[in-house]
Amino acid sequence: MEFLMSIIVGIIFMAATYLLLSKSLLRVIVGTAVLSHGVHLLLLTMGGLKKGAPPILKEGLTSYVDPLPQALILTAIVIAFGVTSFLLVMAFRAFQELRTDDMDQMRGNDQHE
Amino acid sequence: MSLLHLAIISPFLFAIFVPFVFKYFRQLHTGWFVLILPVLLFIYFFSFISITSAEETVTKTISWIPSLGIDFTVKVDGLALLFALLITGIGSLVVLYSVYYLQKDKEQLNNFYVYLLLFMGAMLGVVLSDNLIVLYTFWEFTSFSSFLLIGYWYKREKSRYGAQKSMLITVFGGLSMLGGIILLYLMTGTFSMAEIIQQTNGIITHHLFIPAMLCILLGALTKSAQFPFHIWLPDAMEAPTPVSAYLHSATMVKAGIYLVARMSPVFAETALWVWLVAGFGIITLFWGSFSAVKQTDLKGILAFSTISQLGMIMTLLGIGGAALHFDSVKDSYYTVATVAAVFHLINHATFKGALFMVVGIVDHETGTRDIRKLGGLMPFMPITFTVAIIGTFSMAGLPPFNGFLSKEMFFTAMVRVLNMDILNMETIGILFPVIAWIASIFTFVYSMIIVFKTFTGKLQPEKLKKKPHEAPIGMLISPIVLASLVLAIGFFPNVLANTIIAPAVAAIMPDFTVDVHISFWHGFTPELLMTFGVIAIGFLLYKTYPKWRAVYKIFPEKLSLNHLYDDALTNTERGSRRLTNSILTGSSRTYLLYLFVFFIIMLGSTLFIKDAFTFNTSNISSIHIAEVILAVGICIVAISILFVKSRLTSIILLGAVGYSVSLFFVIYRAPDLALTQLVIETISVALFLLCFYHLPKLKKREERISFKLTNALISVGVGAIVILIGLSAHSNKLFESISHYYIENTYKEAAGKNMVNVILVDFRGLDTMFEITVLAIAAIGIFGLIKLRQQGGKKTENK
Repeated sequence: MEFLMSIIVGIIFMAATYLLLSKSLLRVIVGTAVLSHGVHLLLLTMGGLKKGAPPILKEGLTSYVDPLPQALILTAIVIAFGVTSFLLVMAFRAFQELRTDDMDQMRGNDQHE
Repeated sequence: MSLLHLAIISPFLFAIFVPFVFKYFRQLHTGWFVLILPVLLFIYFFSFISITSAEETVTKTISWIPSLGIDFTVKVDGLALLFALLITGIGSLVVLYSVYYLQKDKEQLNNFYVYLLLFMGAMLGVVLSDNLIVLYTFWEFTSFSSFLLIGYWYKREKSRYGAQKSMLITVFGGLSMLGGIILLYLMTGTFSMAEIIQQTNGIITHHLFIPAMLCILLGALTKSAQFPFHIWLPDAMEAPTPVSAYLHSATMVKAGIYLVARMSPVFAETALWVWLVAGFGIITLFWGSFSAVKQTDLKGILAFSTISQLGMIMTLLGIGGAALHFDSVKDSYYTVATVAAVFHLINHATFKGALFMVVGIVDHETGTRDIRKLGGLMPFMPITFTVAIIGTFSMAGLPPFNGFLSKEMFFTAMVRVLNMDILNMETIGILFPVIAWIASIFTFVYSMIIVFKTFTGKLQPEKLKKKPHEAPIGMLISPIVLASLVLAIGFFPNVLANTIIAPAVAAIMPDFTVDVHISFWHGFTPELLMTFGVIAIGFLLYKTYPKWRAVYKIFPEKLSLNHLYDDALTNTERGSRRLTNSILTGSSRTYLLYLFVFFIIMLGSTLFIKDAFTFNTSNISSIHIAEVILAVGICIVAISILFVKSRLTSIILLGAVGYSVSLFFVIYRAPDLALTQLVIETISVALFLLCFYHLPKLKKREERISFKLTNALISVGVGAIVILIGLSAHSNKLFESISHYYIENTYKEAAGKNMVNVILVDFRGLDTMFEITVLAIAAIGIFGLIKLRQQGGKKTENK
């Protein structure tokens, strides 16, 4: 199953990269969101997908899934959310001020830095 | 701190007081105050003559950075003393001259004398330091203060150009010299010149020996304005004339000569050194004298003449080095070249200093230095004329002046080159006396041009800005003193022989006993005949100059070295601007492309070069049908985001990806993750929709993303690399997880049953704290973005 997951993660990365390279700012942000999903799944996969009980202690159980990657992913999800929402609001403001969401039109020039 | 250290540092200390003197004693010309110092230093250094003529040296050390072997060691031997006397002696005369040359109410005298003192101290440091790093420090100080002095009239475009040019060239050489010093250190383990000389025999076969030699030689050649690095010197003539007289004839340009002389005991045993030094010297000698003739500016002639004379000294030092190369010849057969070099060094400083001052006087009293406008000044300026005739005749090598003596010795040395047998000297060696002789003819011609075009012929009063008259006596003192020295050395050369020249030669060639005797009359030798030839042909060429001056037009301006330098400079600038503009496009997509391409190339090549890709199925879990369906689903959704026409759909699909991920979390037994992911995905999608709502209707481009092959290629590459890394990372489990500890201790130590939560708030609580901080910062940032607006340069609050 890990190999299948690695391939899925690769496909998600591919989609994210393609979105990141596009012209529209909104698509770039969608790309970052997709990328973070890929990263979270990669973390989970690399931790091992061996079957076991959920990591909640219960009498009589010895086999649990690895809790450490889950803790790391939880932290990563929250941080990714914070960054994504900040990016979104920034894009929204940029659009309000510049009246465009085309990345090529947003680039600076020699006169204005 | 010894008195010697104080002597080097005193100009720097003096420089601190100059601005105060300038500000509070406006009546007094600041130069008078400055004059005290070089005179005192000259007297002080004069007292060393008795020590050095007994072939003894004085060494004093202060620790500076002992852990790196860098000590401020001052060593006075014959060579250092000769230079110290030149620096302080001519320094005194130049300061005296500048008092009359620069007007106290029109010029920024405080700047001038601060720079000049900085230069003097730096130059003393260069010649007296035994430690090479200290020498280098002072060396760069001379470049720097020379830069300031050339750009003294900083409002003139040409001054700035000249200053920049000299800075670029000399610092280029200086840095290369630093490289050479470090290479020497790597070979010998010491920065001390004296210790390096002792180890010479051990390092001569070292593979760094030749690179070190080339690096140091490059430093010397650039500083001493040798071909092809001589181009900065003529442009440095934009400096005030006292500066030209001091820096660009007598002292700074001789720092390279000093370095070559100082390094001779280390390097001269190799034939390459002899060849390079003598070869560059002789080319410079010829090119300098040849180019000097075509100049029309008096200072331009003197600049090229300085270049040519420096080339001559350099040639002599190279040939003198041959004495070290041929161990069999222990008599003074080749050492005569070294003696001639040292002797001419002194002579050149005297007559060139005097000539620059003469030119300064002419400029000062007539308002021009252009020889086409000058003429017939002799009746108005008899004293200046006398000094000029002494200086130029000495430069041309006519008896009874000192230039005659050193030129005779020069010819002697050149003729003796013929007997060298390194690398077929019989055939190539013949070039040395021939080129030297031709160069001397040109030297004769331009010397005559300087004196006769300026002082004889017809006066052209309509072209002169001022009515010509004799200079004030104060301005004449310095050139008169120098001219008297020219005469005195010419008539009594042996006064110098044992006091100054012999110790200096002994310092350059430590293992030789050189008998220095300068005789006025050799008998009928080839040298004398060569001198007659120089005078005869030179006179002829001078008389017919207007007829053959067209020769100079053969060389097109486009091929000149100056043109090359300017082109190189503009092309470097243009090239780097083009490069920057082409790489840094300002478009973030381009930068992302660089990043991804780098990612693909680096990781991909590492994977395959290191043969890191492995595929091991022993450690994997089984596949369930539910997982496969979900996996296929998430792939389809992720890829279809790329192809949807409307943005609304893409946001919904993004939400679908997020919810699928949370389903994965459910399947893989991660309840907390699934919960968080569901909530956050919902909020994220809502936020996205909020942004979407705010897009204006007109600009809404509900179209497919224009398909770009590069984007597709790059993204497929990134995906493939991630897959490969994921597969091989999983196939190489190196050690067991540390999670057993958490599973065993989550209740025992932390009194919790939910392991993920216990890890988050107990085992690894610090992560969580800063994650909270991240959220807080994001919230504050969003608040700031929405609330604080910058409009028209003013901050206004958005209500």
